[in-house]
Amino acid sequence: MQDELKLLGGAMVTLALATSALVVVPHIQLKSVEAPAQLKPYTAAQLRGRQVYIENGCIYCHSQQPRDRAQAPDDKRGWGRASVAADYYYDKPHLLGTMRTGPDLFNIGVRQPSADWHLGHLYQPRAYVHGSIMPSYPFLFDVKDKEEPGDRVVNLPAGYTPAGKVVVAKPDVLDLVAYLQGLDHTYPVLPAPEVKK
Amino acid sequence: MDTVTILLSSFILSVTGLLIFIWSLRKRLFDATSVAANVIFSPGEIGRGEDPSVSPDKREGLHKPVKGEVKPVLTAEQEAELEKELAERVEADNSSAFVTFVFLACAVVWLIVASLAGLTSSIKLHEPDWLSQYAWLTFGRIRTIHLNAVAYGWAPMAALGVANWMLPRLLKTPLVGARFAIFGAMLWNAGLIAGLGCIAAGISDGLEWLEIPWQVDLLMVAGGALVGLPLVYTLQNRKVHHLYVSIWYMGAALFWFPILFLIGNLPAIHFGVQQAAMNWWFGHNVLGLFYTPMALASVYYFLPKIIGRPIQSYNLSLLGFWTLAFFYGQVGGHHLIGGPIPGWLVTLSVVQSVMMLVPVISFSINQHMTMRGYFSKLIYSPTLRFIVLGGMMYTLSSIQGSIEALHSVNTVAHFTHFTVAHAHLGLYGFFTMVMFGAIYFVMPRVMAWEWPYPKLIAAHFWLVVVGFGIYFIGLSIGGWLQGLAMLDAARPFMDSVTVTIPYLQSRSVGGAVMTLGHLLFAIHFVAMALRQGPGRVGAALLHTRETTTSIPEDRNLAGA
Repeated sequence: MQDELKLLGGAMVTLALATSALVVVPHIQLKSVEAPAQLKPYTAAQLRGRQVYIENGCIYCHSQQPRDRAQAPDDKRGWGRASVAADYYYDKPHLLGTMRTGPDLFNIGVRQPSADWHLGHLYQPRAYVHGSIMPSYPFLFDVKDKEEPGDRVVNLPAGYTPAGKVVVAKPDVLDLVAYLQGLDHTYPVLPAPEVKK
Repeated sequence: MDTVTILLSSFILSVTGLLIFIWSLRKRLFDATSVAANVIFSPGEIGRGEDPSVSPDKREGLHKPVKGEVKPVLTAEQEAELEKELAERVEADNSSAFVTFVFLACAVVWLIVASLAGLTSSIKLHEPDWLSQYAWLTFGRIRTIHLNAVAYGWAPMAALGVANWMLPRLLKTPLVGARFAIFGAMLWNAGLIAGLGCIAAGISDGLEWLEIPWQVDLLMVAGGALVGLPLVYTLQNRKVHHLYVSIWYMGAALFWFPILFLIGNLPAIHFGVQQAAMNWWFGHNVLGLFYTPMALASVYYFLPKIIGRPIQSYNLSLLGFWTLAFFYGQVGGHHLIGGPIPGWLVTLSVVQSVMMLVPVISFSINQHMTMRGYFSKLIYSPTLRFIVLGGMMYTLSSIQGSIEALHSVNTVAHFTHFTVAHAHLGLYGFFTMVMFGAIYFVMPRVMAWEWPYPKLIAAHFWLVVVGFGIYFIGLSIGGWLQGLAMLDAARPFMDSVTVTIPYLQSRSVGGAVMTLGHLLFAIHFVAMALRQGPGRVGAALLHTRETTTSIPEDRNLAGA
């Protein structure tokens, strides 16, 4: 049995080391991070919208982690300053993302404050950005013959509304837009608190 | 964590590592003789290569001695001994046949599901309005279904099927507890079906690689634990003195994976940026501590077996194992270079990513030295072709990974399709190729039936090689150009999108060719399961044995 013990013991030790380094120590180190004063908790609508963001996998094309200007020109693109751990205080689960098939969204609420723009863009991205490869999300909208009381009608650029119909936003997409509009991490922060030199 | 603490702890770690190394030398862990390397051969079997997937016309070629190879001449006594061992091996194979078939059949189904989902998402990236009215087919969901069907369907089912089949052969005893594994597979697949349904319906935990809701994951944890039981039971009954290197890899991987999966899915523990660090600790370790060791275990078994020659250096393979175990677990942070996580974590991961060169180079040297002089066998053995190509792709993808973790390279490649291409080089070029080869070897033994249409194996091979070549080369170029465009502040962001379009289209072409190859493979698999084809009932590879009472007459035992 000596070989088995060596194998199992060794394998567990190496995994324990990796787990300590990448899971446990960051947990201890980051637990004390507090929310920046200007960062507001999500509203109920924003939290629901965040869920819509997760449901439809926005994270697979959009990151939420601008890099430092020393590394990449993210700030020049209007994506904002480099993010710090505290910015994610209210984020459960985290939505940092690993792809930029589309732009970073960490400060999209500042860049595109208009709900009309967001709604229309989600209905048909190519109506706003020529050559965009973002999917359109027709299933988040209703196409009706005419507006009913309480409907949020989407104002689309000429030629994109189906003839003789109106496009009405469903509650899900309104929540999603509330979440996107709220993505604002432009407040100033001190350098990352974990960096002790 | 300040610099002094990091330096001090790395110093202590190094000294501990050195002591363990010296201890293992004293314990003859790095045995100078290669007795352990010969465990997979019966006495007198070295020099008699075996590939159950070889068609009769190629068999002669496979057995032609290469330059400098001495075919053993056995006395009648030794022949009898070998006969006895081979009969035992047939029995060991019988004990694992059903469980292996269950796993591999599931794997083939998931392979097709994953290919179709992958192809759909690839097309959607350049045809964004295609099928956009269906919520479950939106890119963010179908892409995730693709990933999960590969990561928790095709890959583990194939790897575990092959592992269950190798275990009794490596330990020279029948598989014990196969029914636990079958029950485990049922739970696992039920969990996966539910999980993919959840993703399609928009119910997701929201973490890459960990999308399946944790409540559903419980099924998979229970299933996975049951699948591990045969390993434990069969190890207890082993009849070999030395544990072959494949057992090291498989044994460790089968214990690593449940722990990773459990910690990754713990609800309400992880938060914010820490969760991101955990996310990539998990994401990369699934590759590094599960798929990679499982595929390496297969290479270390099948490659020597087919060419009839033990691996060149057993010591090197153990060095590869322990360095992989140590370095690979800590590379996850390189997914967050430039991100808001602590700087020391990124540095640690970059260093360990580069250190991964040690296990990779030891494996590559070993594979090359073992194959040296035997490369001509590639012409005859379809299994060997898949396995050797897979092994080479391991070297390439790992070296690429080490380079990609470097800060300057990562700055360009991060957030682009270049990374996607790299991920496929590892999981497809390496892992999937090795599994294809292993399945071609294993199935004739499982079914006691030859592959009915050998031409389909060749067609499968060339389709996936050509398809993947188009996929990988195109997407790597496209991804790199995308990264460069994104780093140039003078160019609008949309430049980084438009520049990729032709390459995304070429990826769809490559993916379609790969999918076609998979369909041929699946058809061939079904034909074999139904015992179709010209009805050739296995000719001998080594020699024909008389049938025994326990086995029907029409089954092929020889060369088991």
